[in-house]
Amino acid sequence: MTDTSSIMTKKRSYGGLTTATVAPWVICTVILLVLPYVFQSNSALTIMNQMAITIVFALAYNMLLGQGGMLSFGHAVYMGMGGFMCMHVMNWVEYENIPLPLPLLPVIGGLFGMGMATIIGSFSTRTAGTVFAMISLGIGELIAASSVIVVAFFGGEEGVSGDRTYGLPVFGYEFLTKIEVYYLTAGWLVLSALLMYLFSRTPVGRMANAVRDNPERAQFLGYSARWVRFYSFCASGFFAGVAGGLFAINFEILTEENLNLVTSGSILLITFLGGVGFFFGPIIGAIVFTLLQSVLSLQTELWQLYVGALFVLTVMYFPGGLAGVLMMHVVPYKLGKLGTLVVPYIKTLIPAAIGILGLASFCELMFHFKHAAVGEHDMSLFGIAFSTHSPIPWVVIVAVTVIGFWLAKRNSVELRETWGNANVMTPSKEGGAQ
Amino acid sequence: MELVLVILIDGLVYGLLLFMLSSGLTLIFSMMGVLNFAHASFYMLGAYFAYQISRYMGFWPGLILAPIIVGIAGAAIERFGLRKVHQYGHVPELIFTFGLALLIEEIVQFFWGKNQVPYDAPEVLQFALFSIGTNEIQAYKVFMIAISVLIFLCLLYVLTKTRVGMIIQAALSYPRTVEALGHNVPFIFMGVFGVGTALAGLAGVIAGPQLGTFPGMAFLLGSIVFVTIVIGGLGSLWGALVASLLIGWMTTFAASYNVAMADILMAVGFEMPEEMSEHALRDIWTLTLPQIGPILPYLLMVVILVFRPYGLFGKRDA
Repeated sequence: MTDTSSIMTKKRSYGGLTTATVAPWVICTVILLVLPYVFQSNSALTIMNQMAITIVFALAYNMLLGQGGMLSFGHAVYMGMGGFMCMHVMNWVEYENIPLPLPLLPVIGGLFGMGMATIIGSFSTRTAGTVFAMISLGIGELIAASSVIVVAFFGGEEGVSGDRTYGLPVFGYEFLTKIEVYYLTAGWLVLSALLMYLFSRTPVGRMANAVRDNPERAQFLGYSARWVRFYSFCASGFFAGVAGGLFAINFEILTEENLNLVTSGSILLITFLGGVGFFFGPIIGAIVFTLLQSVLSLQTELWQLYVGALFVLTVMYFPGGLAGVLMMHVVPYKLGKLGTLVVPYIKTLIPAAIGILGLASFCELMFHFKHAAVGEHDMSLFGIAFSTHSPIPWVVIVAVTVIGFWLAKRNSVELRETWGNANVMTPSKEGGAQ
Repeated sequence: MELVLVILIDGLVYGLLLFMLSSGLTLIFSMMGVLNFAHASFYMLGAYFAYQISRYMGFWPGLILAPIIVGIAGAAIERFGLRKVHQYGHVPELIFTFGLALLIEEIVQFFWGKNQVPYDAPEVLQFALFSIGTNEIQAYKVFMIAISVLIFLCLLYVLTKTRVGMIIQAALSYPRTVEALGHNVPFIFMGVFGVGTALAGLAGVIAGPQLGTFPGMAFLLGSIVFVTIVIGGLGSLWGALVASLLIGWMTTFAASYNVAMADILMAVGFEMPEEMSEHALRDIWTLTLPQIGPILPYLLMVVILVFRPYGLFGKRDA
């Protein structure tokens, strides 16, 4: 009897509020509130704003890719269209003196994005898979190309720009400073993330998973796979539009760049890098990618090469993304064996990191050697200055790379062994449980 | 009339070029069931390899060697990359090829820089072969047509008349049966992937001098190639040919004839607005055919996918 009652309570607490489900949200909200006091510089605020917008967009994208199993190559359209609409509304507010408070602007972007998604989704969601991917690609190219033609809405080459400070002041705030915009963005981030999470818990969200995994079976249960996909698509369009509205508020300009394939491609990259299998995956992806983008691009011209390589390697070796790698550690943690992994990790990952840095240095050296201005032989890596035309740096870098990778490979045997042990219960423990 | 002839030839050059890419892509699709996003990147690699070879040995060795190198690279990517990702399913495969396309573009920029490289047609072919009215037709264009037609005939012969072709066709539809008969099906797949990418490489070698060899060339042609095989019907070689020629002629005609939307609208009976700069529909009134030429293929694809999801000649639903 105790067994059934425990199952009953488990079932009851499943849909309700527990500490485990509420705690992450509270912690994240507190972190968002405190962050501006930790990183006070202007550039840090810019990065954090961009990060928040990317998170909303990536979460919206994952509603399709991760939860609905629909691969879209043109999702920038919905964010961009929402953003463009918000820019126009912002300008109307300025010229016509419409009393619209700025914090409500993303709703308009969201509704417009959803409107677009309704029109396009009405024919593109009939099937998932390749046909859906190709239609999204075609629509993406169409809209991106027409942004140069339809000047009235897209503003042609220079895009549409405006001024966010003409809206109705909210409690005296006019959103002149970056910090005010940060809190506005953060508020929308928490709100839309929560709504998207709750959407994934609704019957429609659950059915989206079912349709992703086995559309035929879902249809035998009496659900139309097409309508389920359509609802996910519209919801995703809404939140992409919200992200577009936030973009409009932050940067006060939208151009063709916000619509084109490069933006659509990078959101796919971000989402997959973070991991499509878990709700928080795209959040990690957006944070890591924005950091890489803003930190790495200051350091090296080759950052896109590294990001591309990272992406391909992730698809090949960790199809679950960063979130997948993190969640792989849940089993060892529950078995209480996470501690045994620490030493092998250090022994493998530090040489591997050194090897990767060595390889990157080799790329930098070669790039400088090939493409630097004629006669310029001096460069510096990690604060060490040297000449690219002397053999010493080449030898050192190759040696460091080879030794790093050799050590990592040698120690990885031990890591694999420990990993295997950490994922199974030891016999004595198993005996104790019984 | 002369203009029509010239456009027909230009469209044929472009269409056959598209066909060299789309034929390989459509074969690879019917084999693995996944669209290779990086296909146009192999086309770019072909052009760059040929450029590098032509600097040391001239154009002609590049014409032979570059496609072979590209084919080997393609086969290696299938063997060590794609086959690994295959077990995770179709979406990761598609994403893998997408990432590969990004990576190849970055690698090309790493070695050859961001600017166009001076890769030119051989001097033997730099003369006007004949002229239609006042328009001279370059010998190189005729050479491109000849190579493409030759490749098409070879492909058709190998696929339909030889034993190797029979085994490939059988392996496409019934891989398990063919494997049970003692053929190495993974090896056949690798070979088809290699040949498909080599064809793309060859297209790059002959298109590089004509369309320019720069890091954006893959991106420029890449999505058009998808559009082509989607319109033609995924997996259909004849569909790829028809769609390639259709798109080639359609874009060339659209770029050459300056039909203005305003004329059409006025012919239908609308009245031209007096104050154009403030009119809400001013963009529709100022629209011209060359402006919308580049997006016509995408429009056609969306229309075809909506009304006939398996394309013009496709048999199965993708």
